[in-house]
Amino acid sequence: MSKYLLNKFLFTVDRDPELVERYREDPRELVTWWESTMANSLLNCHSGEASTWLGFTPEEREALIAHDHVRLFAMGSHPFLTLTLFIAMFERDNTGPLEYQKAYGAALAGFSLPYPDIAT
Amino acid sequence: MASIVAVIASTHHPFYYRASTSTGEDRPPFADEWTRKILAFRETLTRADPDVLVMVGSDHFHQLWLDNMPQFLVGKAPFYDANWYNEEREFGLPRMTLKGQEDLSAHILRAGLDEGFDLAFSNELRIDHSITCPIITLRPEADLPIVPIYTNIFAPPLPRPTRFVQLGAAIRTIIEQWPSHLRVAVIGTGHLSLELGGPRQFGPHGPDPAFDEKAVGWIADGDLDGCLREVTLDSLHAPGNATHGFMDFMLMMGVAGAGVKADYVDTFDLFHTMEAYFTWYPSARGGAR
Repeated sequence: MSKYLLNKFLFTVDRDPELVERYREDPRELVTWWESTMANSLLNCHSGEASTWLGFTPEEREALIAHDHVRLFAMGSHPFLTLTLFIAMFERDNTGPLEYQKAYGAALAGFSLPYPDIAT
Repeated sequence: MASIVAVIASTHHPFYYRASTSTGEDRPPFADEWTRKILAFRETLTRADPDVLVMVGSDHFHQLWLDNMPQFLVGKAPFYDANWYNEEREFGLPRMTLKGQEDLSAHILRAGLDEGFDLAFSNELRIDHSITCPIITLRPEADLPIVPIYTNIFAPPLPRPTRFVQLGAAIRTIIEQWPSHLRVAVIGTGHLSLELGGPRQFGPHGPDPAFDEKAVGWIADGDLDGCLREVTLDSLHAPGNATHGFMDFMLMMGVAGAGVKADYVDTFDLFHTMEAYFTWYPSARGGAR
């Protein structure tokens, strides 16, 4: 299981408005594209070099494709990254203030301390 | 030598900018009271009449990332662009450019390294809302040069609370040894109890009001002993999953000094989190110029 790679997905998609829209509209297409083109990119490095070993497990891939923030939390992805990206995708559908944010928290009600470890 | 004319510790609530500038139906019911408190807090910096701001905050996975994560980083650049696309998107924060006080950055880096803190540095740093929120609340003119100092309260493994306090105390001494006539304010922001992306987020109050009450007491009284007795990396999970940001308050307690009571204390119980505002005037020089 790679918490790091889950976080890298959330981090890179969140910072790109086009990727945020693609992830909202067609998550399977976006996750598949991202894993094949972005997963091994060295982010803080000049271009021309890449890593060779990063890939999702089937469970991680499916959790991302399903927009399943509860499973991502259980897997130890960084809660701030998940929350920020999911707000970007779904807050726009709110019918009242903080509606999505509250529902997001309520969906995690089954978790108690200690929460899943987020150390990478 | 330089003088430290104010030490300020604050929460950084990214919703303040939007709440305080909204009008009509968009203006939330708590905005007027919040703005009143911020204006009073702002006056505590204004009256100290600083020339330079040393700003302690924490990057929220904007420029600093898990492939190369510093624990403590000092910006050393002539300018700092500020705020990011996702902060514009979620909080409506404006883009800003702040001037840097590069000679003070160099002094803090050299002296910090010599004191045993292996500080990272950045010559091109885009800062985020942990530093721009206190600019907006305390110095909205954004006209003073800054030295940004980032801490890692976000991506474990984290330094322990004691290390934050030690760094704060060192920053105090280092600034006071800066050969300059300038008046420096040290401003740091963190959190009280806070939950982000977990089951306790966005409640009617902060996730742990009892912790908040105790924490405000520790800070207001400068009670580092009491605080360090209870606060550990493990204990900070209990009040909320983002409460490690409290360690930036502990750093500021280190700047202010053990046992030194804050000269100004205010709090504001908001949905989601308790706001808290503290100012110390380290010397008689902290008043008017």
